[in-house]
Amino acid sequence: MSVAADAPVSVWRLRWRRLRRDRTAMASAAVLLLLVAFVLSAGPLAALLGIDPDATDLLSRYDPPTARHWLGTDDAGRDELLRLMYGGQTSLLVGLVATIVGGALGVLIGLIAGYFGGLADAALMRITDGFIALPLLPLLIVLAAVDLTKLGFSAEFAHSGAAGFWRVVVIISIVDWTGVARLVRAATLELRDRDFVLSARASGGSAAYVLARHILPNAATPIIIAGTLTVGRVILFESVLSFLGFGIVPPTPSWGNMLNNAQEMVTTAPALAIYPGLLIFITVIAVNFLGDGLRNAFDPRG
Amino acid sequence: MAGFILRRIVQTACVLLVMSFVIYGLIGLMPGDPLDAMLASVPNVTPDVIEHLKQIYGLDQPLLLRYWHWLLAALSGDLGYSRTHSQPVLVVLLPALLQSCKLMLASFCVSVVLSVTLGVLAARRPGGRLDAAISLFAFAGLSVPVFWLALVLILLFAVQLHWLPASGMSSLGGGGPGDQLRHLALPVATLALVTAGGFTRYVRAAMIETMRMDFIRTARAKGAGEARIVLRHALRNALIPVVTVMALSFGTLFSGALVTETMFAQYGMGKMIYDAILGNDYNLALAGLLFATLITLLSNLGADLAYARLDPRITLQ
Repeated sequence: MSVAADAPVSVWRLRWRRLRRDRTAMASAAVLLLLVAFVLSAGPLAALLGIDPDATDLLSRYDPPTARHWLGTDDAGRDELLRLMYGGQTSLLVGLVATIVGGALGVLIGLIAGYFGGLADAALMRITDGFIALPLLPLLIVLAAVDLTKLGFSAEFAHSGAAGFWRVVVIISIVDWTGVARLVRAATLELRDRDFVLSARASGGSAAYVLARHILPNAATPIIIAGTLTVGRVILFESVLSFLGFGIVPPTPSWGNMLNNAQEMVTTAPALAIYPGLLIFITVIAVNFLGDGLRNAFDPRG
Repeated sequence: MAGFILRRIVQTACVLLVMSFVIYGLIGLMPGDPLDAMLASVPNVTPDVIEHLKQIYGLDQPLLLRYWHWLLAALSGDLGYSRTHSQPVLVVLLPALLQSCKLMLASFCVSVVLSVTLGVLAARRPGGRLDAAISLFAFAGLSVPVFWLALVLILLFAVQLHWLPASGMSSLGGGGPGDQLRHLALPVATLALVTAGGFTRYVRAAMIETMRMDFIRTARAKGAGEARIVLRHALRNALIPVVTVMALSFGTLFSGALVTETMFAQYGMGKMIYDAILGNDYNLALAGLLFATLITLLSNLGADLAYARLDPRITLQ
């Protein structure tokens, strides 16, 4: 079957075409792919060089770069390059998972508020406004300081590495869902009274069915854009929490906690104080440029 | 107008009340309990004694009742005792509040001046080279980890160039206002740079939109100069929505101040809250968080009022 030259083009193809013309956005996407490749090559590189990334060596702290340790060693004599790669795995994973969890929470709240309206809407939006106004970092620190054993978790779990990871994911999700919620609510309000939604409801579709089948797919655009921009913010939250000692707990490296000792490094090994932060900076600025490019490509009016 | 203000004040008070309960509950979930520090220096306490002490301090009562007692005391001005400072909470809190206000106000002013200048310049020729450069600056400000920017500035201006002190609020043995200003320079620069990023984007967007309006064309048609059009006609109108965004960003500013104060060893509210949580200083952490929330809520209230004052089309009801 042949397709005519002026065959209708799907909206996603149009958006992709617009995005491809945006050089900043495409360069950012390339940078992000490179970063992912960089952090994923940690395992192979460690095997190749025969280095145990967690092995400390107090006799070779702050060694300069050598053929074996390409970026030198850190404050505990560990290979800096491998720590950067493994730390990046943690930081990027937290950024992705917390965005998905927080985004799901925001989508749920936005859908409920927008679709059902009335009291539910008023209550949920007041809560959202309240969250937006709060100073989030102090709140995150209190949440991070919560003793999990007081919530009924076993002491063994509370001090495990997995608990450290999920704690960071959960507390960031708890505070960073508001942007998505407001956008989804606005999109839902706009769609709620459209004919195809009314028709689905008139045919006896349940609220859950209508929301999942008709509203959510049509609200995908704001969710994707807001989600992209959230990834950057979440990575920043994780890094500052870990830096302050309330996030990912050593020995698990993250770009934030690699700088725990930074005040000392500034005078003894300035390069070590630069690398992790520079990687966070590059990641977040690439994510933000990509998010901005997506917004322009998806919304030609803006 | 008066009705609106009154309603907003009641709303603010309600949010503060809810937050105080949430924070009170969360603080109770921090490790240990208030008796630990007291008992640490007494080796031979028996469980009976601990039970008795718990009764005396009311720690055996349910959460709601404890909160109620705390609230009554707090409303009468008694926020308790800081156990790490061995002083009443307010004695510790007020100087820290003053220090934070200095840092935040100075950073806020610098970032507003910077972002308005850059935003207006960028909006002159959207898509031009200057716009691209300013856009890069704005995205950099939005994307840089605050603590790392502070590190880089310390590395550059304190360690390498020896121009400015790396930390502290004044040199040993005090020092005059000039000395204090020098100590404030790097923290203010850090906080202002990260804050200016978002602001610049708002100013730019608002200016571009305003410059498309009919009244700008009218001003041009009647022969007004470009400077007059930009500054008098466009900027004044573009700033109306921007002022709200800026006032609403106070919560973010506070988060930034927490990091900045920690990095530069300045004893402000942020550093105080951080230290209090690290040291399980329940009363101080609780009061600090509540004041942080209160400041943010008040600035939001101020944003609403400023919006109404600046834009005569808006009437508050």
